[in-house]
Amino acid sequence: MDFPILSTLIFLPLISSFFIFLSKDKTTNLSSISISLFSSVATFFLSLFLWYSLDISTSEFQFVEEKSWINNYIKFKLGVDGISILFIVLTTFITPICIISCINSVKVRVKEFLIAILILETFMIGVFCSLDLVIFYLFFEAGLIPMFLIIGVWGGPRRVYSAFKFFLFTLLGSVLMLVAIIVIYWLTGTTDITQIYEIQIPKEYQNILWLAFLSSFAVKMPMWPVHTWLPDAHVEAPTAGSVILAAILLKMAGYGFLRFSIPMFPLASEYFTPLIYTLSIIAIIYTSLVALMQDDMKKLIAYSSVAHMGYVTLGIFTLTKQGIEGSIYQMISHGMISAALFLCVGVVYDRLHSRKISTYGGLVNYVPKYSFLFLIFALAALGLPGTSGFLGEFLVLAGTFQKSFLAAMLATFGVVLGAAYMLWLTKRVIFGVTNNSEVKKINDINKSEVVMLVTLAFFILFFGFYPLPLMETFNVSVNSLINNYETALITN
Amino acid sequence: MINNLHIMFPEIFLSLSIFSILMVGVFIKKSFNLIFNLTSLIIIITISIILANPNNEERIFLDTFIRNPFSNYFKILILLSTFFVLNSSKNFIIDNKLDKFEYPIIILLSILGMFFMVSSNDLILFYLGLELQSLSLYILASIDRDNLRSTESGIKYFVLSALSSGLLLYGCSLLYGFTGSTNFELIADQLNKENTGAVFAMVFILVGLAFKISAVPFHMWTPDVYEGAPTSITSYFAVVPKVTGLALLIKFMFVPFSNILLEWQTIIIFISIASMILGAVAAMIQKNFKRLLAYSSIGHIGYALAGVATGAISGYQSAIVYISIYVIMNIGAFSCLYFLKKDGQYKENISDLSGISKKHPLLAISLLIILFSLAGVPPLGGFFAKFYVFVAVLEKEMYALAIIGLITTVMSAFYYLKIIKTIYFDDSIITFEPTKNRAAQVSVFASCTILITFFLYPSILNNLVNTLFVS
Repeated sequence: MDFPILSTLIFLPLISSFFIFLSKDKTTNLSSISISLFSSVATFFLSLFLWYSLDISTSEFQFVEEKSWINNYIKFKLGVDGISILFIVLTTFITPICIISCINSVKVRVKEFLIAILILETFMIGVFCSLDLVIFYLFFEAGLIPMFLIIGVWGGPRRVYSAFKFFLFTLLGSVLMLVAIIVIYWLTGTTDITQIYEIQIPKEYQNILWLAFLSSFAVKMPMWPVHTWLPDAHVEAPTAGSVILAAILLKMAGYGFLRFSIPMFPLASEYFTPLIYTLSIIAIIYTSLVALMQDDMKKLIAYSSVAHMGYVTLGIFTLTKQGIEGSIYQMISHGMISAALFLCVGVVYDRLHSRKISTYGGLVNYVPKYSFLFLIFALAALGLPGTSGFLGEFLVLAGTFQKSFLAAMLATFGVVLGAAYMLWLTKRVIFGVTNNSEVKKINDINKSEVVMLVTLAFFILFFGFYPLPLMETFNVSVNSLINNYETALITN
Repeated sequence: MINNLHIMFPEIFLSLSIFSILMVGVFIKKSFNLIFNLTSLIIIITISIILANPNNEERIFLDTFIRNPFSNYFKILILLSTFFVLNSSKNFIIDNKLDKFEYPIIILLSILGMFFMVSSNDLILFYLGLELQSLSLYILASIDRDNLRSTESGIKYFVLSALSSGLLLYGCSLLYGFTGSTNFELIADQLNKENTGAVFAMVFILVGLAFKISAVPFHMWTPDVYEGAPTSITSYFAVVPKVTGLALLIKFMFVPFSNILLEWQTIIIFISIASMILGAVAAMIQKNFKRLLAYSSIGHIGYALAGVATGAISGYQSAIVYISIYVIMNIGAFSCLYFLKKDGQYKENISDLSGISKKHPLLAISLLIILFSLAGVPPLGGFFAKFYVFVAVLEKEMYALAIIGLITTVMSAFYYLKIIKTIYFDDSIITFEPTKNRAAQVSVFASCTILITFFLYPSILNNLVNTLFVS
């Protein structure tokens, strides 16, 4: 490997955040914004280049970088395959959008905010690149620091409670994963996952280790019943924070299941499938019902995220080609749709400083452009065919039907409920009668908001009609994931 | 014997220079500045003497004094941390009118005691070193003698510490009675058999040492002394005697008690778990920053002891790495306190930190880094300290200890987050005076830089510590 492209990708935002730290602008923050925008766009193009030059006909890890790190026994190992590249591109795609969004929504300490976002981007890309458990843990946990500050410093009135809840929940979940990682190290003598894939972890350890990993991923995902931090964190976080949280941080857990839980513990994954089914179904139905009852827009979208993540876990643990591909597709599309919805809420929040659904009503009469885009995103969120949201859910359900008719049937109810709360939200916010005179004075979206929302809408529709670029990328990797899983089951 | 004196050249140099600067102090009026600078110079020279001498194992005085990589590592750690602690607190000392010329001299004396402790291979030399150190520390705790709280903390420390020294001495004499020797290695040979009396002796010695490192249940003095003593003294107490205490604990486990592993292991596991839990729980309700750091140091000692509790060399090594990173973090944390000056007074309540991120962004970000590192959040140095300890603990399959340790990590994260919340989320109420405290700035900066960049080369300390046990 000649040029360390992955390290560049990871550390480019970190280095540029250092430049922002050094930059001296007092009032306008122009140089901070331009540096961060420039570097995040550069990172995006670099990741596109990475995607372009990735060989998708093989499931091998590519662009592998290896450096001895801790006493030569733990290596700093990075690499990408067809699955992780999509998450990296999603991360680098969402980050510039967040930076644009903070031009409108962040008024105080802009410089620090941009630094936090860029440092967070570094950690997020690191999570998706790492091929070593310790490195993965390092990046996975490190993301807590900037996110804690983003919620706490720039958040709403109950920000302290939410930030603490977010931090402590996630930390508590992941310390058990740390124990599991060290135990794996002592069992196999390595934390390099490509080597662990080759070595079978002893049967008697698999279940307990799998549960330890679950404790971390379940909190991050978030799965019922440990999802309660998410609505709080989303409601209090600033718009850009919510966007990153929903679009990327939640995907880390799904990625973790695919990268670690299933290949490393195939027997345990098989064993615990009913548990995951149960939790996913509860998440889908219960949180959809809860979402119906919300009077806060952000909270509604947060609960809908939990429900959508329920499809993801369901799909992953069907352990069928359709299920897993659907889950990955669902994660990518939810990354864009939820980001777009949170941005939409942010747009009206910046104008009227209220997230209450009852504040709004009849927006379509005053802000037609905004209403049109909002409608697209709401329909995508409920999985209308032609948007990227449809395909993920469809594939997940197709995969589930192969394994369990009951689970699939229950999950299908969730689709109906999803349509119910999204349409009802749209009805109350966009249509209906205007009771609030403030709403009449509201301005339609400005240029920077158009850029963000139209870009997202374009990709949501594009991948709704033409899913091939994504499907092709992870196809081979998913096939080999399932093959390895099935071989492991047969040999034991 | 006389031709081997170079082995204890650092100690000889240190003793001679202490006496010389004592004379300087007696004969020259208002000599605090001079003596302070001389002290720094002496520390630097002592470090270079240690580094210039060979690092192999050599003994002198009938095997009572031993110089090996282990003792040298700790001597350098002691000297370096004293150097930073002392220099960063200079402005504080002068502002609080503690600038008596005895101050640095007593610190040097306590260092001399610690040198003999870490180099001792014999109960008697060990005890002498311990007493030299303790007596100096009693004086230091009550150095602000017109201040009621400082005096109180001095007395408290003296009474409790004397008690523990008594217990320790009793343990030493029991050990001598049951094994017939005061030499560590000879004791180790004698302890091969079932020897109930010696186990009693071991418990007494362990109690004495646990007191010095303020491990639960012998921690009672720590919060009061930390709070009562002037900050400059507290920062010294929090760092240097802890390092020595832990070194001695490891030394005792490694040499004289190596054959009764199971007996002491149970005790250490208990002490470790108790310290971790108490450190995490009691710190949550503290309002004084120094008192909070006292409880946090109790918790941190618990983690270091978890490494010791493995009874394996890898565990001892992880404990040494832990304590080294602990030293770096604590020097940084205490140095931050020297910037909280308002109307000539140094603030030490957590509420005084409210919203300082707006007026003092650099101080705030330094505290942020240090506190997250103390909480053990990756990718900062504190995480690696914990990581190595838990790797060693899990190697011995002590799952309960590891899981309790990690859960207390989360609990302790809560109170560190509470301080960060005060700094970053709350409204600003105080603007502190700008202080021209270069040394404290350097300490904070060095501490933060090490903690941030530690992940680039995380095995640097391990490589160093790996060489300590190959004798």
